[in-house]
Amino acid sequence: MSDIQFEIDGRPVKAKDGTTLLEAARSVGIEIPTLCYHEKLEPYGGCRLCIVEVEDRGWTKLVVSCVFPVKNGIVVRTRSEKIDRIRKTIIELLMAHAPDSPVLTALAEEYGADKDRFEKESSFCIHCGLCVRYCAEVAGKHALGFVDRGIRKEICFIPEIAAEACSDCKECFPLCPTSYLQAAYVLTKELSFPDVSSGPESEK
Amino acid sequence: MARIHTPEELEAYRQQILSRKDPNRPCISICAGAGCVASGADEVIAAFSEEIDKQGLSAKVDTKGTGCPGFCERGPVVVIYPEQTCYLQVTAADVPEIVEQTIKNKKVVERLLFKDPETGGRFAREPDIPFYKNQKRTLLCSNIKIDSKRIDDYLAIGGYSALRRALFEMTAEQVVEEVKKSNLRGRGGAGFPAGRKWEGSRNAEEPIKYVIVNADEGDPGAFMDRALLEGNPHSILEGLIIGGYAVGAAEGYIYVRQEYPLAVKNISLAIGQAEEYGLLGDDILGSGFSFKVIVHQGAGAFVCGESTALMTALEGRVGEPRPKYIRSNIKGLWERPSVLNNVETWANVPLIVNRGADWFTEVGTEGSKGTKIFSLVGKINNTGLVEVPMGMTLKEIIYDIGGGIPGGKKFKAVQTGGPSGGCIPEEQLDLQVGFDELTQAGSMMGSGGMIVMDEDTCMVDVARYFIHFLTDESCGKCVPCREGLRQMDRILTNITRGRGKEGDIETLQELSDTAIEASLCALGKSAPNPFLSTLRYFRDEYEAHIKEHRCPALSCKELIAFYIDPEKCSACGICRKKCPVDAIDGAKKKIHIIDQEKCTRCGTCFEVCPPKFRAVTKISGEPVPAPIDEEKRMVTKKTKKAPVQ
Repeated sequence: MSDIQFEIDGRPVKAKDGTTLLEAARSVGIEIPTLCYHEKLEPYGGCRLCIVEVEDRGWTKLVVSCVFPVKNGIVVRTRSEKIDRIRKTIIELLMAHAPDSPVLTALAEEYGADKDRFEKESSFCIHCGLCVRYCAEVAGKHALGFVDRGIRKEICFIPEIAAEACSDCKECFPLCPTSYLQAAYVLTKELSFPDVSSGPESEK
Repeated sequence: MARIHTPEELEAYRQQILSRKDPNRPCISICAGAGCVASGADEVIAAFSEEIDKQGLSAKVDTKGTGCPGFCERGPVVVIYPEQTCYLQVTAADVPEIVEQTIKNKKVVERLLFKDPETGGRFAREPDIPFYKNQKRTLLCSNIKIDSKRIDDYLAIGGYSALRRALFEMTAEQVVEEVKKSNLRGRGGAGFPAGRKWEGSRNAEEPIKYVIVNADEGDPGAFMDRALLEGNPHSILEGLIIGGYAVGAAEGYIYVRQEYPLAVKNISLAIGQAEEYGLLGDDILGSGFSFKVIVHQGAGAFVCGESTALMTALEGRVGEPRPKYIRSNIKGLWERPSVLNNVETWANVPLIVNRGADWFTEVGTEGSKGTKIFSLVGKINNTGLVEVPMGMTLKEIIYDIGGGIPGGKKFKAVQTGGPSGGCIPEEQLDLQVGFDELTQAGSMMGSGGMIVMDEDTCMVDVARYFIHFLTDESCGKCVPCREGLRQMDRILTNITRGRGKEGDIETLQELSDTAIEASLCALGKSAPNPFLSTLRYFRDEYEAHIKEHRCPALSCKELIAFYIDPEKCSACGICRKKCPVDAIDGAKKKIHIIDQEKCTRCGTCFEVCPPKFRAVTKISGEPVPAPIDEEKRMVTKKTKKAPVQ
């Protein structure tokens, strides 16, 4: 396939057709922040942090780089006042849930976000879906999923599968930007794994 | 019924149906749409059948349950043909009188006719009633003429002749061209030109394509798609089959919400009948074109009305939107070219094919052609479905068709476009309805919801209500929508409860910007509209709530108090007896006082205080006057003032 030629932050970039902007940028060392992206997973487009400005035939628009395919002749800007403002707001919204997440703390510093801007709601999970998607797409185990919808959505281990599949895997643990995943796992394990030998009853 | 094999057989069969019909034979049409059924239409239909039998008239008179004619406020609606006598709010008890008077003696039952609330004049014929007279009903007009469960009724009014014409007199390209020329724009919300969408799919390389009906009507207060699906399902089916032919699809889907059981039933029945007649399935009318239709019931998520979420749901996965930088008419359902149009858009297709694009473009504004159905609800006299030409002004819809605001109240705003639409104030009432016109006014066409609000409506609370609805319906996939709306809902709730603070408006504006610019799908991108449009036209109300803790519409419970004016109270005791929390102190001949600590601001006292006293008032933003001294509380007979000499 032929190479697509375009520009990111003033630098000419070449990439294969079908590559996403994010991949193309990272391949030449241009960093764009992400929370829900993982190279082994299908692009999700959920956190919206990787938003960038694209100028295409005179039109400027905002797109999320993890799903936007490269195109000949476009001019991409990965930082601007508008982009930074959107990223700052997104980080602030997420810090209402996970104020001390190291990943978010570092981003907050970069974008001048105030972790106390919005009223706290300590659910810790920021719904990046990395664990759920990794388990399904890479590990192929489907040991956890999302339950409910919207603001009530939560990640949830499925005890019957997790009891079998998780103890010697746990590959999703380091993916979680807030450490909530481990907590959810421990909670599920203690509450409902069918294996009674690990339950409190056996310790008596 | 035997299968129809050729277009000639179809026309012959149509003639056969028509020859059996005597246009002068009396026919009693009773609306069997969901609204009228809820008001007892089933009993009325049963009563008519029974009465007609009892009187031995069954050989001379037809009775049929039909689709919704739109005047839901006054249901059950009965129209008697050929005179088109229209009776409203008919009960089973009225039936013997109607049969005796109107059917047997050709007389009109005065008391069941529409009465003009202003002039008191009555209208006997349906087309003369102002509600109908000022409409242009090219789609809805068929509803009352047919029994939606009978394909023969649809054939009798010319049904499936557009399909015949498309299959035998036009190439697929010509059909696309005709729809393009008509400039039919999507009736579901975005207003994208249907013809261009079709053309994109038609020209796409992938050989397997789909056409889909979006019947996931989820806007609060909107029911036009339901009325069409329940009342005239074959018209949508015919449109869809034509679409399949034009685009080159062999399969069509109808995504209908599960909460519409009658619509599901009627469309499923229609599909079965069309298959039996050979109008759907393999080799339709011998044309060589084969097409099948599958009904898919949605599981109750508002977001599934969004195109990519709907397609994801159709694929059997969680109904969440997916990022798209390639349009779904190129890469949609199962990554194949998919044309998704709204119910009303599909219903227009047979009319355009039959009567031509030029006929269609005769009506409308520069950018918006044809008619549009609106569901007119809220503080309006004539609640119901109205179909008007594009370009009619809001004022004409609200006053000439809707009959104005009930109870002598003042109009304040009309909310159009569903929850993510906007509020349009009185000074813009001369605005013509059209896709571009409504967008310019800060609202949108949406699927055609129109909620009228009067002076008692608090616009901040309206914004809170819709943002809350959208927060609840957010799928939760992307942060600007899920988290942004959650915070907006929280801030707006605080403002309406008197806990607003300086800077709230600016924070809301920033969250709105983020949602508009960075959300994944149209739900998130348009969600801030209720806030932005109310801020645009009613900023003073926001400021009054935040700075003065005052609700100018006297509506937000936490910001108002009820107070009995001692000058006006006559100690009648009604409010004291009706108060559900015993918050009113008083006795015979003793002026009543509301205990503000106990009062729950339910407003009962305000409603029951007799108009001749009007002693109970609402107060907001100022302290409640101290109760009068105990010794002054006895009511003394008010003496008439001595006449001025």
